[in-house]
Order: sequence, then structure tokens, then C-alpha cells
Amino acid sequence: MASKTSSSSTDLQTRQISKPATDISMRHTLSPRPMMPGNPYLPMPATVTEIIPETANIKTLRVVLEDDERMRDFKFQPGQVGQISVFGVGEATFVINSPPSQKAYLQFSVMRAGEVTAAIHKLSPGDKVGVRAPLGNHFPWQEWKGKSLFLVGGGIGMAPIRTIMLHLLEQKGDYGKISLLYGARSPRDMAYAYEMPAWLDNPDLDATFCIDQPFDGWSHKVGLIPNILLELKPNPQNCVAVLCGPPIMIKFTVQALEKLGFPPESIVTTLEKRMKCGIGICGRCNIGGRYVCVDGPVFTWKQLQELPPEI
Amino acid sequence: MSTIRFVTGDGLPAFLTFLARNGRRVLVPVEKPAVKSSTVFETWSEGKPFSLQKATVPAKSAVLPQCETLIRYKKSKNPDNPSEVSLNLDDTPEATPTVVFACRPCDARGYAVLDRPFLHGPYADPYYRARREALTVITLTCSKGCDTCFCHWTGGGPSSPEGSDVLMTAVDDGYVLQAITTAGKELLNASSLPDGAERFPLAEEARKRAWASLAPAPDLKDVPQKVASRFSDMPFWLHWTERCLSCGACTYFCPTCYCFTITDEGEAMSARGGRRLRSWDNCMSALFTREASGHNPRLSKAQRMRNRVSHKYATYPENWGTFSCSGCGRCIGNCPVGLDIREIVLACVRHSSDIAQETQER
Repeated sequence: MASKTSSSSTDLQTRQISKPATDISMRHTLSPRPMMPGNPYLPMPATVTEIIPETANIKTLRVVLEDDERMRDFKFQPGQVGQISVFGVGEATFVINSPPSQKAYLQFSVMRAGEVTAAIHKLSPGDKVGVRAPLGNHFPWQEWKGKSLFLVGGGIGMAPIRTIMLHLLEQKGDYGKISLLYGARSPRDMAYAYEMPAWLDNPDLDATFCIDQPFDGWSHKVGLIPNILLELKPNPQNCVAVLCGPPIMIKFTVQALEKLGFPPESIVTTLEKRMKCGIGICGRCNIGGRYVCVDGPVFTWKQLQELPPEI
Repeated sequence: MSTIRFVTGDGLPAFLTFLARNGRRVLVPVEKPAVKSSTVFETWSEGKPFSLQKATVPAKSAVLPQCETLIRYKKSKNPDNPSEVSLNLDDTPEATPTVVFACRPCDARGYAVLDRPFLHGPYADPYYRARREALTVITLTCSKGCDTCFCHWTGGGPSSPEGSDVLMTAVDDGYVLQAITTAGKELLNASSLPDGAERFPLAEEARKRAWASLAPAPDLKDVPQKVASRFSDMPFWLHWTERCLSCGACTYFCPTCYCFTITDEGEAMSARGGRRLRSWDNCMSALFTREASGHNPRLSKAQRMRNRVSHKYATYPENWGTFSCSGCGRCIGNCPVGLDIREIVLACVRHSSDIAQETQER
């Protein structure tokens, strides 16, 4: 038996050969992306270095991997996600919202909603957490070169938009006009408020902010994101719209984009689902035969139209 | 000629003793008398009575335990500098060398179904791999079908070798054991069982008789497309799940269901530490996909059954080229309200022009 265990991979090969002639490889290939090495269930120990209170129910945490070498070699693409572990409580999935050029830390913004997010909100600098990352696919920014980008973030959906926006601005020369529409219920619900003045001042970015209802002292737009979008009338010519937000916002924003003439392949969104394994096995986050954790979270509207309607 | 051995019925306990050597765990079917009697796989030990009946619950837990530890974590202090605290994570898989003895071809094909996502997807699952590589499967071929089983609909049969290392077939005076894989061959060669080549024709005849006893299978060639095309037909799924209790018995008894959850227990930052566990989960439960926001993509039982049937007959085939149902029929026999996945699949196959009429009839 000892010999069997040691030569086990050959045994499995033999098993496959003995099977009826069925192809055991996955029938669709995944887009190339940085992947977490080693045991995919084993979190990398990390230390919380900073907690930034954003709103009443959103906090941003910055973490550093304990292993210096792994921190230094950590590579990801904008839009990829990570599972944060609070040991003893559990894990939940968040987008890495710092740009890949930020080598000093990984940043996640977390809205308090369930058990794990509540535990994350109780963390302080110096606390130990676990990180499984990078997981999932990413925004296809290489394919967007030469195009204009219209970015739309709703509420906590601004987190993935932040990472891709900062990444694109770093190589502004490769792209046309870069615009941002960021909306939330009220100014009090806006994460990254301390960064918004700089976004407005950035000559490479055309930023518009909106809130749902008038609010004392608010000098920007008032109205729902889809309505403000129709008012702004971005030109769909050679332009990609990237959006993230709650399902209801996605639905109406896509309708607005279609009205403006954006074809489904030029509308890109990133999805959220309940996830456990994060590696395409546990059976929770699938939409038809595609798993948001490995085939997503980034999908074009065209890809989503081809999947069963179960978002 | 592959390795063929022979064992008499009386010789089985001695063969099990051989299998259990060197600390190997041998899982055998054991009868559990009760108001509703059952047959379950248990670890064999010398003298323990065993059965050759088809088990009530398949031996899926040999590769995917109902609950297992993925990671043990605990805090430790640097003895030289007690204020320096570090977190220790231990992810060693629990994998005892195991022989599953006398499962049925539908159960063994279950392992082949699990192998694809656990070993051949974008990431290999190291816990599953460790147990799968330490597993040897000795399968008893079936002498006949039953009312609820339908392995031959799904690409298998009463003597299908898929997923098995050794096939064992009952003949008049005992059992013929045929090695299917190298692992099976090595196991049989190491045993003291006599050669069974001259009885192999008898085994082949028994297998042919078993095949002949089955009712012809319907043509399921277009099933993945047909099931997928029923996705948006909500009246269809509402009709077929009217009686469903969302109890999840169908997933519990299934040799190919593999949905799981991951949970933590214990205190992480204590010297006692805690564990991260993986447990079987149940896609029939409304909680399975409920997000922290309250949003739930599969809120109704009709949506959940649609996902279960679609996974087995449309989306797993789309990803892996074969059904993720081995036709064991346990979900049918154990359903408290008598739902029959065969009827749902066949209803999906019926021509789409029937849909309007069916809806009217409903």
C-alpha cells in the first residue's frame, strides 16, 4: 500500500485510462490570470496595518502578508478578488481595490452585512487575518487600449471601479477619455470621500458624483445613476462602460447604456455572489454552467445574456 | 488477460482480513436493522458481520467526508519574547489508506464524477486528492436492476468499470475478481486468492444476464440542450416541485452530489485554537445561496430543483462532457414525497411544442 500511495498519480492516470472514452479536461478554458499557488484553501497569514472608517457601515482595511517574500512577489490584476479570513468566524469575498502598482499593502473595502463582515469591522491595526488571493478573472484592460472608458460605481460597488480607474489613470496615454460617474444614496454613504476632491481635480479624469436626494451643502448632481447617465450622454463610439453596484442599479444602468447605444459587448460588469471555496467547486455561485468565482467576477453584458437568467 | 482471481463466499472474511492489513481501513456494507432497516458502510474489523446488499447511503464519504477539518489554527507565543504572537496554520489532509469493498457500479462511477471538478478543474483540491489517491475500490457488479435505478440511462451499467479498481461478480460457487486498474492488479497479486481465469466466462455470462434484465433506456443524447432550454419555463419547474419539501434527502443519498460549505469553529487567537471545517451542504436549502444582503438568486424550491436537475443533466455535461448522475436511484427511493428525477428529465425532453399544452393542462 505504501508503494501505491507514493506512486499515486500514476494510479489515477491508470484509472482515467480505464474509464470509457470521455475527455476529463474541462471543456472551456479560463482566461489567463495570476492564481494563488499551493493549497487553494490555505489562507496566507496577514496583518491589518490600517483601518479607514468610510461610512456608518463601510470600513476599508489595508493588510500586509506576513511572509515578506510572498508580499513582495504578490501579483494580481485589477478586478481580481480575495477571501478574507477572520479565524474563528469565517471567510468572505472582496475585491482588491488598491491598484496592482500598490506594493506596500492590499486594500479591501467592506460593508457590514453579515457575520464575517461584522467581525472584520471589529478588527484593529495589528490584528491577524488570512487572505486567499488572487481569485477570479479581471477587467480586460489590455483589450481596451485606444478606447474611451466610462466607469460607473454605485455605493460599495465603487470598490472594484476604484482599482480599475487608478490602474487606467496610471497609463492614461494608452486610452481615450476616462470618465467616472459615482453615486450613492447620500454624501454620508460615499466611501473614498477623502479621495473625491483629487479625482475632480485630475485633468485626466472626468468625474461626476451624484446622490439620490438633495442634501445640505451638496454641490454635485442629485438623481439616480441611470438618470444622471442619460443626462451626461456618454458617446458609445469606441467606448467601454464598466459598472458595479447593487443588482437593481446594474439593471437600470444597463438599460440606460443600451438606450445610449452601447452594445452588450461594450458593457462590462463585475458580480457578487455568495461564495465558499472560491475555486469553482462548492456549487454556490454558479450561473448555469459558469462559476462567478473562476469564470468571473468580471463579465460583459453579452456574456451574461448568453447565461441563464439567475443573477 | 487482466488479473483474475476467485474467492468463495466463505473465503470473504479472510480476504477482508488481507485487505485490512497494514492499517488499511476497509469499508464494508453493514445491515442496520430498525423500523426502516438500512445498509451503511462501516469500517470492517475481524469477525464483524457484513452484507453484500446495495448500501442505502453510498460510500461517498470515503473521499468526501460529511465533515472534515481543512485547517487547524492556533496562536503561539515566542517563548523569548511573549509579546510576539504568531498564528499557526496546519492544513495536513486526513487520508487513511482505504478500500471500499462491495459498493455498486453506480457508487464507483460517483467517484469518477467527483474526480473531474475536484482534480481536473482550475485548482486541484488537495484534501480530496490525498484521499482519492489512497483509495481502492472493489465493486460488486449487480445481478439485476431495480425499480428505481437507471444506471444504463446515464452511461453506466450493472457491470460498468468506471471508477472501480476491481470488479467482483457473483458466480455459482463464489466471486470472480477482475482487476481494472494497476492498483487493482497489484492488490489482487498481493493477495493469496487463487487464479479465477477459468471461471471468468461464468462471470461474463452473469454480467450479460444482468444487462439483459434491464428495461431499454430512453435516448438521452439531447438531454443537456433540452434541460437547458427549459430553464426559463418557470411553470414547468413549479409543477415538478409542488410536492418538494426542500428536505435535501436527494442530495444526502446521492453518490455524485458534492456541494459543500466551509465554516469555522473555536477561538482563533487562543492557545486552544480552532478549526476550519468543510461539511456537506445541500443546494435544496434556501440558505444555500442567500447572500448577507438578503438577496437570494435561488429563493424558491422550483429554482433550487431547477439548479439540481440542470447541474446533473445540463451544466456539468456542458463543463465535463458527461452527466453527473450515475442513475443509482437513491434520490427516488428516499424522497419522502416520491419525486422522480427520471420523470423530470423525460419531461424536459418532450418536444417544446408540448410546453404550451402541458401548461394549459396544469
